[in-house]
Amino acid sequence: MKLAYWMYAGPAHIGTLRVASSFKNVHAIMHAPLGDDYFNVMRSMLERERDFTPVTASIVDRHVLARGSQNKVVDNITRKDKEERPDLIVLTPTCTSSILQEDLQNFVNRASMNSNSDVILADVNHYRVNELQAADRTLEQVVRFYIEKAKNNNDLDLIKTTKPSANIIGIFTLGFHNQHDCRELKRLLQDLGIQINEVIPEGGSVSNLKKLPKAWFNLVPYREVGLMTAIYLEKEFKMPYVSTTPMGVVDTGSCIKEIENIINSYTQDKISYDEYIDKQTRFVSQAAWFSRSIDCQNLTGKKAVVFGDATHAASMTRILSKEMGIYVICAGTYCTHDADWFKEQVQGYCDEVLITDNHTEVGDLIARVEPAAIFGTQMERHIGKRLNIPCGVISAPVHIQNFPLGYRPFLGYEGTNQIADLVYNSFTLGMEDHLLEIFGGHDTKEVITKGLSTDSELRWTSESENELRKIPGFVRGKIKRNTEKFARQNNVTEITVEIMYAAKEAMNA
Amino acid sequence: MSAVTSDTITFECETGNYHTFCPISCVAWLYQKIEDSFFLVIGTKTCGYFLQNALGVMIFAEPRYAMAELEEGDISAQLNDYKELTRLCNQIKKDRNPSVIVWIGTCTTEIIKMDLEGMAPKIELEINTPIVVARANGLDYAFTQGEDTVLAAMVERCPAKISLDSNSNKESKNPESEQAPLVLFGSLPSTVASQLNLELKRQGINVSGWLPAQRYTDLPILEKGTYVCGINPFLSRTATILMRRRKCKLIGAPFPIGPDGTRAWIEKICSVFNIQPQNLDERENQVWQSLEDYLQLVRGKSVFFMGDNLLEISLARFLIKCGMIVYEIGIPYMDKRYQAAELALLEKHCNDMNVPMPRIVEKPDNYNQIQRIKELQPDLAITGMAHANPLEARGISTKWSVEFTFAQIHGFTNARDILELVTRPLRRNNSLEGLGWNSLVKENIK
Repeated sequence: MKLAYWMYAGPAHIGTLRVASSFKNVHAIMHAPLGDDYFNVMRSMLERERDFTPVTASIVDRHVLARGSQNKVVDNITRKDKEERPDLIVLTPTCTSSILQEDLQNFVNRASMNSNSDVILADVNHYRVNELQAADRTLEQVVRFYIEKAKNNNDLDLIKTTKPSANIIGIFTLGFHNQHDCRELKRLLQDLGIQINEVIPEGGSVSNLKKLPKAWFNLVPYREVGLMTAIYLEKEFKMPYVSTTPMGVVDTGSCIKEIENIINSYTQDKISYDEYIDKQTRFVSQAAWFSRSIDCQNLTGKKAVVFGDATHAASMTRILSKEMGIYVICAGTYCTHDADWFKEQVQGYCDEVLITDNHTEVGDLIARVEPAAIFGTQMERHIGKRLNIPCGVISAPVHIQNFPLGYRPFLGYEGTNQIADLVYNSFTLGMEDHLLEIFGGHDTKEVITKGLSTDSELRWTSESENELRKIPGFVRGKIKRNTEKFARQNNVTEITVEIMYAAKEAMNA
Repeated sequence: MSAVTSDTITFECETGNYHTFCPISCVAWLYQKIEDSFFLVIGTKTCGYFLQNALGVMIFAEPRYAMAELEEGDISAQLNDYKELTRLCNQIKKDRNPSVIVWIGTCTTEIIKMDLEGMAPKIELEINTPIVVARANGLDYAFTQGEDTVLAAMVERCPAKISLDSNSNKESKNPESEQAPLVLFGSLPSTVASQLNLELKRQGINVSGWLPAQRYTDLPILEKGTYVCGINPFLSRTATILMRRRKCKLIGAPFPIGPDGTRAWIEKICSVFNIQPQNLDERENQVWQSLEDYLQLVRGKSVFFMGDNLLEISLARFLIKCGMIVYEIGIPYMDKRYQAAELALLEKHCNDMNVPMPRIVEKPDNYNQIQRIKELQPDLAITGMAHANPLEARGISTKWSVEFTFAQIHGFTNARDILELVTRPLRRNNSLEGLGWNSLVKENIK
């Protein structure tokens, strides 16, 4: 047993349902007790979905437990088959119902006999894998199922498209800015003269999965979900894949170079994207210019902590360190299953690596190293609020704020602009920063006294008042409040110049 | 599937696939209500992720609730439950030192047959902090019934007699308090509880305690013959335990929701104490008058309850009195005995207002309900969160049922808040009228 207050990744069935409900015309049946079906609420509320979430809970209650679940589950599958006419029905238990150790495969076999839809059981161990791992497995399972089916029916089309083409694998519902990233990736591939063969699972149709091998290569933007599918397709059809996340100017360039290599391995007339990369880097994207600009210069050596899923945390660490000269004290991920990869990726770009799915460890670390900014998940944003450290959110777990209506990709060249904005806005800015540094203080949310306080048991000596007057008006109030706060905390009633400096030191420490 | 209405209340049990929140969600409000408590939910990652996501509270506070997350070793009985729970409870005691630890059993503890009731007394002795066990699982209960399981478990912990500390005893026995003790049950924000106390005080009735109280250490005294009265329709188990285990007398009244319900509730309590209620008529009328601006918006409008939090009958009864037409009341669980007075008032209102009786559908099937909603085109659907956005996209105005769980809706004073919620989509529609964007899905989508 583990005492838990909060978790970074959800239970396995959430991953399975995210994949199933991302496909078009696929219905999922959850074999679960009442209340376990909150996935529908999450999808409907967070994604502001207009359509009913194609997930039905086949409810396990006392009666069902006593009589056995088989009939109910089978009835619900055949019923959905008639009502919704889906191409595929995916059955999944939850942590709870998986303990019942029922032969769900047998339920599926029985239900398939009376259904027009295909029916499969999501093959996931609910106590060994988390949401992301389960999503990865389920996607692979669905793809494998349809490839095998096509093989058996002899309608697998292995002829490559005449023009270079790609599948994008791993865009799905409730993902961190996935929809925006997908649009950006499509644009990028189009710029490179590459056709989109299939995008899965989001908006994809299972009946098109047999066409996956027609593409020249697979692009897996996030390693959490899609990698297993890409590896399967590589084994099965020798399809190459690119799993370098095109996040940040440098990695977007590397990703494009990898694509170039793959395309050149297919054709006689070699292509080169060097010119494209150069133009995008130096003139279209603003991020490279931002790195050279005086604004970014002031960020040099600022301390930051990065934490998130493996993909985003690794990419962000490299962007901060390589592209902006920010000093990453610690980079970490909650994807404990991917620790080796992560360590290798951030090696040399940070002092410390933290691999944990326990948010209190992350909180303690942040409190200890006191960075100037955090780039993390909603949890780190919350930790930052308590410690008065600004935080830019760069990774799932998602929050309604991560579903902006406007266009906010993290990938590709537009993504580099968004990230640069996020980084810059997360730190205190420009001249204000200098002045704060002189007299200390982070942004304080709590107003101790409004404006320049007149009340008070606190007395400023004439020297310290003179000192205060030297500080420019727009930060004077803040400096005064911070100094008084410090004085109160230390039971000091007379504020001397010494106290002012002690306050500054205390706030910086 | 048909949508015919009839002259008498019809009950049916659809036993369908419906969505409501898990009963463990009660910890979200109970830990706030009982200030010195700690709630430990003994369940899986699925339970924990629910609390964190659907309720979204955990992250925002230093919460006094946590998960005892069952891992593979616990499920396969490789680890010893007793040792594990002792370890966690010791840690909780060390970190927070609560007056009580409430164990919330879940579906998983039911299925693996973890003997929580057996272990609790032993661990309680070991750590010297009371442990209350409630089985708020989704196999047996829905959403708000979680509170019912916790309160029912707390009934056992209420002190039996006024302590024999003679001084305080004498003082409390002033001549006024010859009245038999009255304990109200159901968790309400303390301001709302005071409002109800005050309403009864106006009639000369003293409320001797609330279950739950603001602090666990202030649980009310329950003696044989203590009168008890519920303020929420989902507390039938607590009511039964109060009667059976503590020999309390249950006052079966409509619930104090809406001016009509509040009045009937007070009247019923008065009648038990042989008191002729004073000025109730005026009080109720005043409230109705103050609601007039909202009533104009809802009169003649129709409403469909998909069913979620078991407050449906009381809300429907109030809305009918407001002049609305209720097509269907979905409800996860219907205790016809505990809700008898409420059902009778509902029937009376339908006759008074000359509107058709709604059909009451227990354990509804959400898919079938959506077909009925499409057919009936109600002006408002009160629905769980999963269905709100898709219905809005199809031009059906909705209100989340959970909002009624968390809003202050009890008593005369708060009737306005109910209508504030109910009319919000209608007022929104008035603002957006003329834009012509009522349906926001493509034509061929169901």
